[in-house]
This record gives sequence, structure tokens and C-alpha cells, in this order.
Amino acid sequence: MLQVENLSVAYGAVNAVKSIDLQIAAGELVCLIGANGAGKTTTLKTLGGMLKPQHGRIEYFDQSICGLPSHELLQRGIALVPEGRGIFSRLSVRENLQLGAYSRNDAAGITQDLEQMFTLFPRLAERAGQIAGTLSGGEQQMLAIARALMSRPKLLLLDEPSMGLAPVMVQKIFQTIRDIAAAGVTILLVEQNAKLALQISQRGYVMENGRITLTDAAPALLANPQVQHAYLGG
Amino acid sequence: MIAKLQSKWQHAKQDRRVVYATWIVLALLLLLLPFVTGMTLGRGWVRIIDFALLYIMLALGLNIVVGYAGLLDLGYIAFYAVGAYLYALLASPQFGLHWPVWAILPLGALTAGLFGVLLGAPTLKLRGDYLAIVTLGFGEIVRIFLTNLNAPYNITNGPQGISRIDPIVIAGVDLHRTYHLFGLSIPSTYLYYYLFLSFCLAIIFVCVRLQDSRIGRAWVAIREDEIAASAMGINTRNIKLLAFAMGASFGGISGGLFAGFQGFISPESFTLFESIIVVCMIVLGGMGNITGVILGAILLTVFPEALRYLGELQRLVFGQILVDPNDLRLLIFGLALVLIMIFRPSGLLPSVRREREFAADNSSVLEQEQESLYDQQR
Repeated sequence: MLQVENLSVAYGAVNAVKSIDLQIAAGELVCLIGANGAGKTTTLKTLGGMLKPQHGRIEYFDQSICGLPSHELLQRGIALVPEGRGIFSRLSVRENLQLGAYSRNDAAGITQDLEQMFTLFPRLAERAGQIAGTLSGGEQQMLAIARALMSRPKLLLLDEPSMGLAPVMVQKIFQTIRDIAAAGVTILLVEQNAKLALQISQRGYVMENGRITLTDAAPALLANPQVQHAYLGG
Repeated sequence: MIAKLQSKWQHAKQDRRVVYATWIVLALLLLLLPFVTGMTLGRGWVRIIDFALLYIMLALGLNIVVGYAGLLDLGYIAFYAVGAYLYALLASPQFGLHWPVWAILPLGALTAGLFGVLLGAPTLKLRGDYLAIVTLGFGEIVRIFLTNLNAPYNITNGPQGISRIDPIVIAGVDLHRTYHLFGLSIPSTYLYYYLFLSFCLAIIFVCVRLQDSRIGRAWVAIREDEIAASAMGINTRNIKLLAFAMGASFGGISGGLFAGFQGFISPESFTLFESIIVVCMIVLGGMGNITGVILGAILLTVFPEALRYLGELQRLVFGQILVDPNDLRLLIFGLALVLIMIFRPSGLLPSVRREREFAADNSSVLEQEQESLYDQQR
């Protein structure tokens, strides 16, 4: 589904991502783990069209999407949930969800999906009229994910959904991510919480200093002593 | 008090008859306004009302850029100037051209819209203070250009301005003449009143429709968080340019009407002070709220004029004029602005959403904002 080859991204003179390769098949839940500043978010932002790559190829359903802006990627089914959630904090929960469906124009389908989001996230239904900025961190993360789902994505890019959340909330969010994957949405998950990410993923990539240093099935990575030492506190 | 009135109105609105009656009374009031004003306050005041209508159009145009899309524009009067000069050049002895109004006004809107894109395109990545500085510069550039475009070829006639501009003629009716209808004399300012009123209503209609449209929602999203907006599939570049172009074209129409009404224009009418006044109208009335913006425009045109009566008032109370009313006028005007901003920081009639923004002392909201600010700086 997604094929990344030799991708490099730079901020000015700083090379944040250095010629990485990545593949994701349809229906997979793949995670990208690594320490702070390894280039995970940069990679995700580039795939989401927020950053322009220096060179390399990104193919999506065998078509190059390299350098396309994010609004065009969304039309093709790639939705990004940005780091720090990026919800519209002064709009209501419902308005946030409606904006998520901005790229669509089937009113009936949107209403239907809105109801579906409310069944999937009952907390959001309770707070539909509330200003999004007054939600708790976990609820905001749920809203950010629900909002991205409103565009009916084929590929969902999640950036650090566990960031700044209480452990109970993290468990809940990860359960939700697993449910979404089970419903057939392909997911690329960027996480610092390597253990949790690997537990719900099928495959994982380990990133260090802008390079992908390791890739394997998630259980194998969990058992890998190197990974255990560096990321799992083992 | 205003909140109480609003809730009462919300309650009364339940009854359809109340709504219809209000509309009919309002329509009658607007229809009779010039005659009533002319008979009570004098005809000079009808002219002031005409200007208030022009400013309403300007304020509504700027409201799209500032109120909806959240892009602070301090050079907005430049578009008013573009519209006015286009009218003046195409319908005056300056080039010997005498185009009809219906040809000039759409062209003026288009040209001003083009200038809007011209300003918008290089400033796409700027926000807040930085955008304000660039727009301020843009406004000054246009004004200085107009002042200096009299050499080597005389286009704008420089600081002298363009005079003897053709009056607006619609369907054979010359709006600069006095007409007599059923024994009623209708002077020129009254005719212009009806023309401006109809343009105003059309612009209000467009604004109301825009507010709840897909485009309107996209503007709000951009105002709230540009990165998130682009993640929602909003083409932020085009939508921002559209805000600039739409706002500017309203300014262009207003400027064209101004040139025809006034018969004379010069760069002096398009100073930075005028831009600031239009911004004041929006901020004072209630950013993003159409009714508020209209109220702000009316207040800021009518109030300074009303203060001219301060001299008479002093004579009545003290028997003589103690302070020159002209000095006092601006002092009180400034004071009134400060007081309103202290007691109603989100404007006289804030939009529901904007009020929320000002009320947001919730720490999580502030935190979020700082976060997104940090993102932008990066």
C-alpha cells in the first residue's frame, strides 16, 4: 500500500531523516519507535504532506505521492493525527468532527459517520457541545483520532498518541487504535512508548539518528535484547 | 444589559409574528430614514448616513479577512483606494473616459480582488504582528503610488487628486440631481442613500451565506489552528487567498461608490488612519459578528459627528464655549473607545465563538495555544 524508498528530509542544514526505506501493506498496523529526536515525527509529517522531502520516493497504491500537499493526500485517503493532537480547542467537539469531514461532500454519509464516532467514543457524545479545549488530555486525543476517522482514511498516521496521558488513558487509547485497525484501517503508529506500541502492532521499525536501524515482526522486536536494552528498560 | 436583551430577543423570536413584524418595521424605518433625518437633524446628516453605509461595506469586507480568517490587515483602505481610483480614471475628464457604472463597479471589485491576492500571496506564511506590519506597508505603498503617479505620465494627477468625476447614473436617473416625486423633493444624498443601502443589503446577504458555508468553516479552522486545518484537508493557501480577495473586492465596490458620490478623490482620503478606523469598527462592534460589525461601523461614523454638538451643549450649560469642541471631540472619542474595550473586550456584540475565545482562561486552552505558537516559531 505504502512504499517508501531512500527518503531524506532536512530542516535547512540539519538532516533529520537519512535515506530510509519503509513498507506498509494494506490492513497492517505498523509502529515506528525510537528515542527523542530520532526523526520519527519528521518521517510521519513528510508522509502526511506537511514537509517536503529532500529526495527519495513515496508510493501509495503504486502512485508517487512525493511532495503532494496534505489536503491532496487526505483526498486520497491518508490522514494524519498530528503530535500534540492539534484539535481546534475553541470549537465544540461536534464542530471539530465536522471539520474532519471537510474533504467530503456526502452530507448523509457524514451524519452517519458522526453518529458512528459517537458510538465508538461515548465520552465524545456526552461532550458533543462542549468546547474541545476543556476536554481532558485523553479525551482530546480521542477527539483527534475520531476527527481523522471522519475523513474515512485508508491509511491513518498517528503521532505519539500516548504523549502526556495518564497510564489508564494510554491503555484506553491503545485499545481504540487496535479496534480501528481491526475495522480494516491501515495504521502507521509513531511512539516513544515502545513496549505498548510493539504489543499492539504486527511489525515495527526502530529509528535512530535519522536512520532505520532495525525492522522485524513486533514480537521478535519485543524479544530482541538490543531493543529491550535501549527502549524497554530491560 | 446587552446579554439580557439578547436573551429576551431569543425568547421573542419563537413567535413567527414577532419576527415578521420586526422585519416590516425595520424595512419601513430604513425606507423612511433619510426623510426623517432630513426633517429633524438636517440634510447634512443624511450625507453622514451615506458615509456610514459606505463604512459598513468596508467593515464587512475587512471582517471576512480579520473576523473570519483571523488575518490582521492594517492596509485594508488600499482596496477602497483601488476601487475609487478605478472609478475616477474610467469616468472623469482625466482620460476623457466616461464608462457606465455597471461596467466600472464589477471591474473595480475584480481589480481590488486581484490586489487582495497580490497582498495575500507573499504573506501566506505570516500571522499576527508580522502580517500586520506587511499589510500596513502595503497600504502605504498604494497611497504613495497614487500620490506619485503624476510623472513622467500623469495617471492619477498626484496629490491634487481627480475631480469632476461623473456622478452615478442608474437607469437614466442621475443621482447628483434632485428629483420630485408626488410633490416630494428627493435630493441627491437621499438617492445615494437608497443606492448604498441596496449594495449594503447585498453584501450583508453574501456575508451571512458565507458564514455558514463550507468556506466559512474553513476560515474558522484556519483562524483556530492552521496546521490542524491543513490536516483536515483544507487547502490553506487557496482559502486564505480567497479571504483576501473577497474582502478586497467588497472594499473595491465601496471605493467605486465613494468616488461617484464624492465627485472628487485624492490620496488623502486613503491614509493609514482610515485603515485603523475600519479595524476599530470591527473590534469595537464584535469581530466575526455581522450585526456587531454593522453597529461598530455606524457608531464610529455617527458618534464623532454627533460630538460636534459639544459646542452648543457648552453654550447651553455654561453660557459660553470653554473648550474648543474640535479638541474635545477627539478626546471624548478616544476615551469612549478605551472604555468600551475595558468593559466589553470582545466587542459590543461579540460572535458566540469569539466570546468563547476571550473567556478562555481555561489552562488547557492556554497551554494548547502556547504549544501551537511554539510550532509556528519552529
